[in-house]
Parts: sequence; C-alpha cells; structure tokens
Amino acid sequence: MTGAEELRALTRKLLDAYPPATTDRTDFLRARFDAGLAWVHYPAGLGGLDAPRALQAVVDAELAAAGAPDNDPRKIGIGLGMAAPTVLAHGSDEVKRRFLRPLWVGEEVWCQLFSEPGAGSDLAALATRAVRGDAGDWIVDGQKVWTSSAHTARWAILIARTDPDAPKHRGITYFVCDMTDPGVEVRPLRQITGEAEFNEVFLTGVRIPDAHRLGDIGDGWRVAQTTLMNERVSIGGSRIPREGGMIGKVAATWRERPELRTHDLHRRLLDHWVDAEVARLAGERLRQQLVAGRPGPEGSAMKLAFARLNQAISGLEVELLGDEGLLYGEWEMRRPELVDFTGRDAGYRYLRSKGNSIEGGTSEVLLNIVAERVLGLPPEPRNDKDVAWKDLAR
Amino acid sequence: MTDVTESAEPTEPTLDLLYSETEEDLRAAVRALLADRAGHQAVLGLIETDSPYVPGLWKPLAADIGAAGLLVPEKLGGQGASHREAAVVLEELGRAVTPLPYLTSSVVATETLLAPAGESEAAAGLLAELAGGRTVAVLAVPLSTAPGAELPLTGPVAGVADAAIADVLLVPRADGLYAVPAAEATVEPQTPLDLTRPLARVTTGAGSGTRLAGPEATGPAVRRGLLAGAGLLASEQLGLAEWCLEETVRYTRERHQFNRPVGSFQALKHRMAQLWLDLVGARAAARAAADSLATGSADAPLIVAVAQAYCSKVAVRAAEECVQLHGGIGMTWEHSAHLALKRAKSDQIALGSTGRHQDAIAALVGLEPPV
Repeated sequence: MTGAEELRALTRKLLDAYPPATTDRTDFLRARFDAGLAWVHYPAGLGGLDAPRALQAVVDAELAAAGAPDNDPRKIGIGLGMAAPTVLAHGSDEVKRRFLRPLWVGEEVWCQLFSEPGAGSDLAALATRAVRGDAGDWIVDGQKVWTSSAHTARWAILIARTDPDAPKHRGITYFVCDMTDPGVEVRPLRQITGEAEFNEVFLTGVRIPDAHRLGDIGDGWRVAQTTLMNERVSIGGSRIPREGGMIGKVAATWRERPELRTHDLHRRLLDHWVDAEVARLAGERLRQQLVAGRPGPEGSAMKLAFARLNQAISGLEVELLGDEGLLYGEWEMRRPELVDFTGRDAGYRYLRSKGNSIEGGTSEVLLNIVAERVLGLPPEPRNDKDVAWKDLAR
Repeated sequence: MTDVTESAEPTEPTLDLLYSETEEDLRAAVRALLADRAGHQAVLGLIETDSPYVPGLWKPLAADIGAAGLLVPEKLGGQGASHREAAVVLEELGRAVTPLPYLTSSVVATETLLAPAGESEAAAGLLAELAGGRTVAVLAVPLSTAPGAELPLTGPVAGVADAAIADVLLVPRADGLYAVPAAEATVEPQTPLDLTRPLARVTTGAGSGTRLAGPEATGPAVRRGLLAGAGLLASEQLGLAEWCLEETVRYTRERHQFNRPVGSFQALKHRMAQLWLDLVGARAAARAAADSLATGSADAPLIVAVAQAYCSKVAVRAAEECVQLHGGIGMTWEHSAHLALKRAKSDQIALGSTGRHQDAIAALVGLEPPV
C-alpha cells in the first residue's frame, strides 16, 4: 500500500524529471502514466500504484500547484469513466497494456456503442448482430444511436447480439470496436436545440478480432454492468453554492428586470427557488454521507430531482422573458465538443433540459428502480425474461 | 492523509445535515416509548374523549428521557442539548401523530423564555419548571402565527394549541410578556380539524399574571420562539411523511387485486417513488433548519422558511397519497391514515402558511414582487 507521503515524493520526482514548463504536454502525461500517478488506484504498470482511490487528490493537488497539464477529463469522459474500468476488469493483459495508456493520456478518444433505435430503456433487447467469421474474427452489422464523440473516437465499447436463440440478457457479447474500420459510418444526430452533440453510427460488415472481445461469449450483459455502474460513480464531489445552476440565471434576470415581473411568475419563481435550495441541501447531505463513509440510496434521487428542476426553471425563464422569450439564439447546426447546460440563452436551456429526464436512464425507469430497489415494491410481472430474443415482439 | 482544498468554496456556512449517534440513541428511546404507550390505536381511542393526551406519557418523555429540557442550558435546569436533538424527538412524535404539548411547550414556549430568563427571575424559574417537564406552558397566540407576524395584544385569542393541558399561558401584551396561571384564565375548547392537537379560545384578565419581560424584549422573544417552532415543525412533518410512505409501501405490498400486489403497478409505485424523492429533500431541509437554529446561524430565518415552505407541502402530499393509495380502508375512521392527514393539513397552516414563508424568503434573498 502506498501512502500520501510516498505519493507526494513520487509526484515531486516526476515534476523534477519532466518540468511542466519545458515539457511537451503529451510527453508529460505519458510520463505521469508510466510513474503510476495517472489513477493511483489502478494496478502498477497500468497507470496506477494499487493505492487507495482517495489518495488521487494528493497527487492532483501537487500537480495543480506545479502548473502541470491535465488530461482534460471532460473531453475523454467516456474513456475514463466507462471504457477504462471495463477494460481493466475484463480485458486480457495484452488488451489492458494496449489500450489504457493512450486512453488516459487522451491520444485515443473512446465512444460507447450501446443504445439502438429499438433498444433504449430496454437496452438488453439490442439487435446489432455479431457473427463469427471464417478467420475466427467477428463481423458486426447494425445501428447504434445517441453516441457522443463517435466522430472523434478512435475506439468504441460495443455490445452486440451473438446468440439470437438465447433469452435477451444471455445472448450478448462485449467488444472493443475500431472506429476507423471502413464499415463504420458516423452521422450527426441533430437535436431539438438545432445542434448535434450526438451521432448515429451505422455498422456494416465491421470486422473485430476475437482478441478485442471483453469477457466470455454471451456474457456481455454482465460485462456491461461494469460500464454502467461506473457511469454513476462520479457524483458528490464538491459543494454547490446557493443559487448555483439554473435558478441563479432566472433569479438574476428577476432582480435586474423589474418590468418583467408578474404576480403569477413571482409565486412560481419562489416555488422553484425553494425546490432548488432544497435540492442543493439534499446534494450537500449526500456529499456529507459519502465523506462519512455512509453512502445512501439518495444519489439516485438527485438525477431525478435535477431533471425536473432544470426543466421547470428554464421553462419559467422563457416565460419571464416575454418578447425575448419568443426569440432563439441561433438554429445553426453545430457539433459542440462539450455539452453546456447553463451557458447559453434561456430558450436553449429550456430545450436542452428536456433531455435531462431521458439521457442516462429515463425518469420513469429511475422511478421504477427507486420503487423496487429502495422501497422494496414488487416488480411488474414480466414476459420477456425467459423467451429467446428472436421470438420477442418488436 | 491530506487536506483537500476546493476552489470556489460557497459562502454559506457549512451545516451538519447528518444524524449523530447520540441523536440516533435518543430517537430509539422515544420511538420505543411511543410504540409501547401511544400507538395509533391508542390515540384513536382517545381523540373523542375529553382529552386526547395519552395519560402518563408526558413524564417519561419530558422528564425521564429529558426531552423537555433539550433546548435549555444545564445552568438553567435543562439538558444543554440543542435544536438538533429536539428535532429528532419531533420526528418521532410526527411519525406517531402523538398528542403531546412538546412543540408548543418544550419548543415554542421554552425558546420564548430563553432570553427573558437572563433578565427575570420569574422567567428563569418558569423556564426551569418547563425544562424539568414539571410544568406545561403555551404561548397564547393563534397556532397559525408566523415568526415575525403581528401579535394579538388584547382580547381573547382563538386557536391556541394545547391550551387545554397548559398549566401556564405566556401572554404577549402591549406592556410586556406575562405568565398567567391557567387557573386564572378562561380556556374554551374549539373543535379542531386535527383532534390530536387541541385548540382553544383563551381569555385572560388585563393585568393578570406575572410580567416576565418588558415591551421591547417581548417582540424579539416571541419571534425567537416562533422561529424555533417553525424550524422544528419541519422535523415533525418529516417524521409524519416518513410514516405515511412506509405504511403505504407496506400496505400496497400486501394488498392484492387483479391477482397481484397493487404495489407492483407502475401507476402506484411511481407515486411512492416520487414521495421518497420528496422525503430526501425534506430530510435535508429539516436537518438544515435544526442545525442552523442550533448554531444560531444568521442564515436561520431563511433556512427555516425554506424548510417550512417545502416540508409542509411534502407532509400534506404524503398524507393525501397515503389515504388514496390505501383505497377504501384509507377513508375509514378505524384506519389511522386520517390522523396523519389531519395533522399534516393543520401543520401546513401552523406557524405560518407556505405563502407567508415564501414572502419571507422573497424579502431575505431579494426576489421582490411586482410593484
């Protein structure tokens, strides 16, 4: 086990050998990875030192103080948050050595080929087929959707159906897909905001070597749980100030523009202000539970609460703006590199926040999860679990 | 280990929103006492008698557990605890919808006396009696009075909660705050919506009783008492809403219609899941109010108003859902859902309606109404 002092010493050694001011960014990040200071809880040789995850903060603080470059985690979130833990848990030694370093450094961007037009909330019903080729490799055909970063990605994590005769959860296999394969076609998916954060990905005769399979054939659903569980890990980092987020925008407009005020809007603004302040306190309480080592199920409440709040507040803001609410910034089709929920005008916020109750699990599915896993209510009767995938209605 | 610094630290004071081990021990003691002596069936049996208060329950809670003295420093005869602990007691009293003068005497009246007790021996003496659970006092203002609202300074006062069981009435008058023995006052019972918190019309003779504070000190003392009451009422509402959800989940898991538990229907389970989300917020808000009162935070008036505006709504919704999701049985007198519904609806008005609290918030954070 590596302690805080040892990590500090290793970090200073890295900084001495590669002074950030005179070292190329990529060279520095590679050296940091090789020193085991990329993600200290990862194994030695794969960017880590088998140290407690909490000690990453020690390294990050030292590096930030020295002005060292970081790997811009916002731009490689899917690689860091979803692909890496899955590769680590289920990849061969060779796969781990090949993929993790360029993933962490940001030299290779990753995307996630999970959702399909016919498999959203019911992801396990996915229809993209992977068939064994003569050379022992896999040939993939199908269509994926809502793929962030597909147009910049070098690699993708992919789940595909390998056994249509098995029940849906048991006939899926997990792969690493090469996005430069000639059978991969990426098209922007334009949203109601006018821009395209996401893509559709068409897979036609895409070849994947068997060495790029993660986990056993037919075990892809279980492997995918590693990916999806890590999607929700990064909550509860820092404290949010009062009027942080969307309520701050509309409160500022209210204060600056008395001519827009009406009694009806005043009551609704105060309703939302109270709800936003309570959501802030609930987030703070969750953070304190995590710090105290007593995480509760409250985390699943936060996404639901914020989806509803963002939609209500941005809707009120458009209404408050009156004549200006009739206008929209611009409808030009763009492909933003990062998603910005609060930075743009009220109309954009209103439209973008509609996705908050759909992306990453619809609010309806999350309510089912709360009802069944937190409250212990009985599940709906199901008729899809023991039926061969090919016999399901679609 | 390391000290992790964060950038852009919020300026609001840090509130402790968790429960301590001591608080959980206190909760367990109160819950055990109420389960033993004041179950819903016992309460249902009492609410139409002359007095709904469970005989012999006040002393074990107020004196033996020491709950009556939680807000009072040890040197003034109390436990030297804080609003955090009193809030936990109220969560349990809310769960059980217990008819006891805890909120009125041990919170509102007690907090009202804390400042005068430093100036007046009579006030200090009465405070020690309240803290020991030997005397019950209530503030003679309508239950609906919000912190900072205008006080009735003359004439009969209607809607005074728990006056029927009070030994002493704290009466604000133009020339100060008076303690009037109940025996010297006229207390006429009214018929309350919430039978577990009796209301009465109180008349005291002008000049009767003992003066505890002068005219300047009376307003701030009463405001302080009502602010603590409003802040801790949020915990009573939280406990009540928790009971409603737990009972509804329990019932809908057992109740079968269409050959399946009714709790397996999404139309019902989404409503219960939504209530659980509301409770996550209510718990954070109620804890925040209790902690800000305990630390004497300058933020307390705002956080109390937020907690009241939010928890009132959650308690009413939880009780209404409890009745609806129980179906027919929830509409009967024999089932205890109506105890919770009537308490929740009354609590929504008690110590300031949602609108009053929202007005306070608007003034405190500068979200002014249209001119």
